Amino acid sequence: MESRYERNIPALSEAECTILKEKRVLVVGCGGLGGHLIDMLARIGIGAIRAVDSDVFEASNLNRQLLCEVPLLGVSKAQAAAERVRRVNPEVDVEAIVTLLTEDNVRTLLKGFDAVLDGLDNIQSRKILAKACSEAGIPCIYGAVSGWVCQAAVSMPGDHLIDLLYPEEATLKDKSVLSFTPSMCASMQISLCVKLLVGRPVETGTLYYFDLLHQEFETIPMV
Amino acid sequence: MIEVRLFATLREGRGKIQMLNASEFACAGDIIRHLDIPTEEVAILLINGFHQKPETPVKDGDIVALFPPVGGG
Repeated sequence: MESRYERNIPALSEAECTILKEKRVLVVGCGGLGGHLIDMLARIGIGAIRAVDSDVFEASNLNRQLLCEVPLLGVSKAQAAAERVRRVNPEVDVEAIVTLLTEDNVRTLLKGFDAVLDGLDNIQSRKILAKACSEAGIPCIYGAVSGWVCQAAVSMPGDHLIDLLYPEEATLKDKSVLSFTPSMCASMQISLCVKLLVGRPVETGTLYYFDLLHQEFETIPMV
Repeated sequence: MIEVRLFATLREGRGKIQMLNASEFACAGDIIRHLDIPTEEVAILLINGFHQKPETPVKDGDIVALFPPVGGG
C-alpha cells in the first residue's frame, strides 16, 4: 500500500482501496456540495472523476464553496475542480465538462460511470439527473442543503426518490447556505458512495436529514 | 391528540411541536391548512415515521412530521 493511502487502512481494506481505484464517478455541480465531493473523492483514491458545471465562481460563493478563492473569481468551477484534483491526487483521472446539465446531454454525460453524485442546486436539474440515472441503471447519491439544514440519500434505479422529495408544487424558499452545511452533506454522500462502490451494505431510499441549528438528525424511510 | 412535529423553517412562528385535537382533522392536509403552511412549503410528510400524502387519513395518537423542501447545493 502506497503511503498516500496508509491512513485509509484499516477503515478500508487494501482490497477495497483497490476497488475504489477502478471506479468512475460523475459529479454534477461543482459548487458548495460539489467542491467537497470532488475533494473527498480525490483524497480517498477514486479512479476517475468527471466534474460537470457551467458556472464560474462569484463573490457570493466565497462563504461556503471550498474551491472558491478570491484569485479564482470568474474561473470555471468545473475546471477549478479538475485542477484541485490534479494537485491533491495526480493518480485520479479527472475531466472537467463546462456545460449545463440538460435533458439532451445527460445520457452522454453519465455513460460509463459507476455512480453519480448530485451536487446540483435546483429541483428541475435534480429531476433530469435522477430520471436519467434511473433509465441508465446507475445509482445516484443525492444531497441538498439549505441554511443550517442538509439531507442525503442513495437513490437506486426505479425508486423515484427525487419525485417523493420534491412534489410538483415544491419551491425553494430559503436560498441561504452556511459554510459548514455543505461539508456535512458531502461527507454523508461520500460515505454512502464509498460503501456502495466497495460493495458494503448500504441503506437505499432512506433520507438522512441533519438540522445543524437544533442538532437534530432524522433517518426517514422514503421508499 | 395528534402530535405534529415541524422541522427547519416550518418552525418559524409555529414552534417545534403542536398537539392537535384529532377529531378536528380528517387527513394530514387538513393539519397543514390549519397551521397555515402553504402547500409548496411542505416537501416531506411523515405519519408515524413513514412517507405519506396529504390526503392520507389521520387518527388519534398519530405523529405527523412536516419538512420543507431542501434543494440548494
